Amino acid sequence: MGGIVAGNFMTDGSPIVLGEATVERLSSMGITDLSSLLPQEVFNWDDVFTLRLFIIAIVGGFFVGFGARYAGGCTSGHAIMGLSLFQLASLIAVIGFFIGGLFMTYFMLPTILSL
Amino acid sequence: MKYAKFLLLGISFGILLIKAEVVSWFRIQEMFLFDSFHMYGVIGSAIVVGAISIQIIKKFNLKSIDGEPIVLKPKPLKKVGNLVGGICFGLGWALTGACPAPLFALTGAGYSIMILAIIGATIGTFTYGLVKNRLPH
Repeated sequence: MGGIVAGNFMTDGSPIVLGEATVERLSSMGITDLSSLLPQEVFNWDDVFTLRLFIIAIVGGFFVGFGARYAGGCTSGHAIMGLSLFQLASLIAVIGFFIGGLFMTYFMLPTILSL
Repeated sequence: MKYAKFLLLGISFGILLIKAEVVSWFRIQEMFLFDSFHMYGVIGSAIVVGAISIQIIKKFNLKSIDGEPIVLKPKPLKKVGNLVGGICFGLGWALTGACPAPLFALTGAGYSIMILAIIGATIGTFTYGLVKNRLPH
């Protein structure tokens, strides 16, 4: 519901100002529409039966759900709340988030986006 | 009315996620490319505010809105689970550009395609429930 309020009544539609290296890297992978919160080239219902969207949305979602349960928390639970409590479990989990995220961003995403 | 406080906090959280741009797929990419301070600033300041709040709650023994004591249950340390689960989560985070709460905030904001990722995440949590006894923790 918060998303509905913010998305419809609290936005002026101006694109997010991103770091230059990110813009350059994304455009080299075919992503140039930076006008919304998601890359429209990837996340659209026309591609719903493509392998690329299947991997990014459904497999990606699977990893988010499975990983959050296995690690015992997510960004808010571990990274924010857990680190606020100085818990070792959360530090290990956050290190895991970055190992996974960096590996995906640098080594796997370029291949997946080119599908 | 008993649940109104959860609803109000949830709505505020959703608005905050959208306005802070932390639900943006592009912001997550930028974070993993170490190309901007944005995400580190948001998460870092949240941790600082969280840590200070917890110390204040403990020091003054603050009660919740219902007058009950606030109990902060520590997360159990399970080294393999935290790390391997964290890596799985990170892979998914970089792919979908969203963690659990943003999936719902984005869907509400009009990105109906994120329903696919919610379905994936639901299957993921369900699968964990099925195989958890066979996983190392």
